[in-house]
Amino acid sequence: MSAAVENGGHGFGRGYSNWRRVLSPTGNTGDGIFRILMLLVALLMVAIVLAMVLALAADAMPAIRQFGFGFLTARQWDPIKGEFGALPFIYGTVMSSLIALAISVPFSLGIAIFLVEQAPHYIARPVGFLVELLAAIPSVVYGLWGIFVLAPFLRVYVEPALAKVFGWLPLFQGSITGIGLLTGGIILAIMVTPIISAVVRDVLAAVPGSQREAALALGATKWEMIRVVLVNGAPGIAGAIILGLGRALGETMAVTMVIGNRAQISPSFFDPAYTIASAIANEFNEATGDLYVAALVELGLILFLVTFIVNGIARLLVWNVTRKTGGVGRAA
Amino acid sequence: MCALPRSVRMVAWFTALVVLVGSIACNPGGGNGPNASVSLQGAGATFPNPLYQKWVSEYGKAHENIKIDYQSLGSGAGIKQLKEQTVDFGASDAPLKDDDVKTFSGEVVHIPTVLGAVVITYNLAGVTQPLRFSSDVIADIFLAKIKKWNDPRIAADNPGVTLPANDITVVHRSDSSGTSAVFTDYLSKVSPEWKEKVGAGVSPSWPTGIGGKGNEGVTGQVKNTPNTIGYVELAFAMQNKLPVAPVKNQGGNFVEPTIDTVTAAAASFAASTPEDLRVSITNATGAQVYPISSYTYILVYKDQKDAAKGKALVDFVWWGIHDGQSFAKDLHYAPLPADIAKRAEGKIKSITNGGTPLKS
Repeated sequence: MSAAVENGGHGFGRGYSNWRRVLSPTGNTGDGIFRILMLLVALLMVAIVLAMVLALAADAMPAIRQFGFGFLTARQWDPIKGEFGALPFIYGTVMSSLIALAISVPFSLGIAIFLVEQAPHYIARPVGFLVELLAAIPSVVYGLWGIFVLAPFLRVYVEPALAKVFGWLPLFQGSITGIGLLTGGIILAIMVTPIISAVVRDVLAAVPGSQREAALALGATKWEMIRVVLVNGAPGIAGAIILGLGRALGETMAVTMVIGNRAQISPSFFDPAYTIASAIANEFNEATGDLYVAALVELGLILFLVTFIVNGIARLLVWNVTRKTGGVGRAA
Repeated sequence: MCALPRSVRMVAWFTALVVLVGSIACNPGGGNGPNASVSLQGAGATFPNPLYQKWVSEYGKAHENIKIDYQSLGSGAGIKQLKEQTVDFGASDAPLKDDDVKTFSGEVVHIPTVLGAVVITYNLAGVTQPLRFSSDVIADIFLAKIKKWNDPRIAADNPGVTLPANDITVVHRSDSSGTSAVFTDYLSKVSPEWKEKVGAGVSPSWPTGIGGKGNEGVTGQVKNTPNTIGYVELAFAMQNKLPVAPVKNQGGNFVEPTIDTVTAAAASFAASTPEDLRVSITNATGAQVYPISSYTYILVYKDQKDAAKGKALVDFVWWGIHDGQSFAKDLHYAPLPADIAKRAEGKIKSITNGGTPLKS
C-alpha cells in the first residue's frame, strides 16, 4: 500500500498529491476509485430524474402556455377541437390505484403473515415462489386475461351482485359491461399483490425472533404476537405499499385493456375511466400538431408530479408512524 | 506483473475492459455487401404494415442489394419523421391536410398503394342473419341517440329480425387510429350533427361507449360483451371471421364490405379524384360500393436528394402498385382500381433527382 503512494508520487508535484488525497482518503487508491465511481452512478440517477423533468417541461411548454393551471381542472379532452383537460385522467389514475390498494393490501398482508408466521416450510417455499412468479408475468398478458376472463366474470357474477347489495350507493350504479374503473382496479390489485406481499414477507422475516418469544413469554396469543410483529414492521410494510402504489400508478398496458378508456369522471365504479399512462400510450403514436403532443407530454409531467406527491404523502405517513412507535419501528 | 501495485493493475484491467467493450460496440456489423447496396428507411401507418412487410420481403428476394426497413409507428409518427427527413418514405392512411403540406420543406407526392375499409361488427345474441344499418342509424347509435337494440329505426333496416330490448353498448378505438379517422370522416359526411358535435379525426371525443386498444381490443370487447357494437378494419374482421354488417350506401343498397365493393368505392370517385390523389372516398355513390372505405398512401419527397436511394425507392413503389397488388387480396386489402393505378404511375414518374426523372 505504501508502495503505491511512493510509486505514484514522483514527478507530478503538489497538484497530483492533492488529487491523490481526494481520491483515497483512506490511503488506498482502489477504494478511492470505487468511491468516485459509486458517487458518479448515484449522481447519474439524480441527473436522469432532473433531465426527464426538464425535458418533459420543455416539450409541454406549448400546452402549459395555452392552458395554464386550467389544464389540471378542465374535463374536456377533444383533440379535434383542440380542447385538452387533465382532470379525468388524474381522477382515473388515482382512483384505480386506490381501488387496487384497498383490495391488495389486506390480501398481501395475509399472504405474508401466513408465509412467515404460520405455514410450514414445505408449503411456504412453493407458495412464496408462486407469488413471486406472478410478479414476472408481462402486463400485456394480464391485460388479455382481463379482457377474456376477468371482465366477463365480473360482468356475469360480481358486478350484478354488487349492484344488488350496494346499489343504493352511486358507486355501484349504472350499466354493467365488465369494462370500467372497477375492472381496472382489480387487475391492478392482482398485479401489485405479489410485489407488496414479497416485500412484506421479507420485512416480517426480518423482525427479530426475540420479539416473538418475548410476546409469547408474556402470555400473548398467536394473534397478539403477530400484531406485535406487524407493529415492528410497520415502516417496512408502508414501504412495500408505496412500492406497489408506484407500480399501480404507472401501469399502462393491462389497465388500458380493461378500463374502457373514456375521459370522464363518473361516480360509478362500473363506468369506463381513463388513466394518464393509458392516454399517453393510446394517443401518442398518432398525435399530430404541436398542441396535442404538448398536452400529452404535459400529462406525462403530471403523472410524474402525482407520483411524487403520493410518494411524499406516503413517506410522511411512515415518518408519523415511526415517530409514534419510537425505536421499535426500525425492524425493516 | 507482481511488481505493479494492485491499484495500477485494477486500472489496467478496467481500461482493457472498456477498450474491449468499445471495440465490440463500434465494430460495424457484418461485412460490406456489393458496392451498389442501398438501404431505405420508411415509417408510418400500422394499417398497411402486414402488406408492406410482405412487399419488403418479396421485393428483397428479387433485389438483394436493396434493403428496406419499414417501421409501423403510426401515421402521425411517419409524417413527423418524413418532415424531419429521418426516413426516406412515410406512410399514412389519411392524405396530408392542406395546412400540413405547407409545413414540409419540399413538395410531397402522395402515392396510393391499396385500399382498406372500416366494418361494423356487433354482438347480439339470438340474431342469426347479418344485421343491416343505414348511415344515419350508425351515426345516431354512436351519438347515443339510439340507445336500445329494438329501436324502430334499427328494426326498419332489418325487417323480420326480432331485436331484443337491451341497451346498446358502443365500443370504439381508444388509441389514435386511421381506422377512427376514416369512420368519423364517414359519420361527418352522413350526419350534420356528428360533424358539428364531434367531427372527424384519429382520436375524436366519443359521445358514448367504451374504448378498446387496437383492432384486437375492440374485437375482444365486442366478442366478450353482449349487446355491443363496434368498428374494426376490414382485413382484421375477415381474418377473425367477425360478423360484419352490410351498410346502406347512397345508392340505397345495403352493401357488404368485400374487397370488390371497396375497390368499387374508389373507382366511383375516379372522376372527381384531384390531380394530387388526395381524396376521401367515404360515402361513395354507386350501386355496389361499400361506403366506409379509404386509401392508404406512401408519402415521398418529389425531389430526391440522393440519386441511388431515390431510384431504389421509386422502383420499389412502382413494383408495389404493380406486382405488389397481387399480394393485397391474400392479406385482405383491396387493390387499386385500374385508372387510379395509372394515375399513381404518373405520380411516381414525376419524382426527380435534380430535375432528372428517376423512372421513365
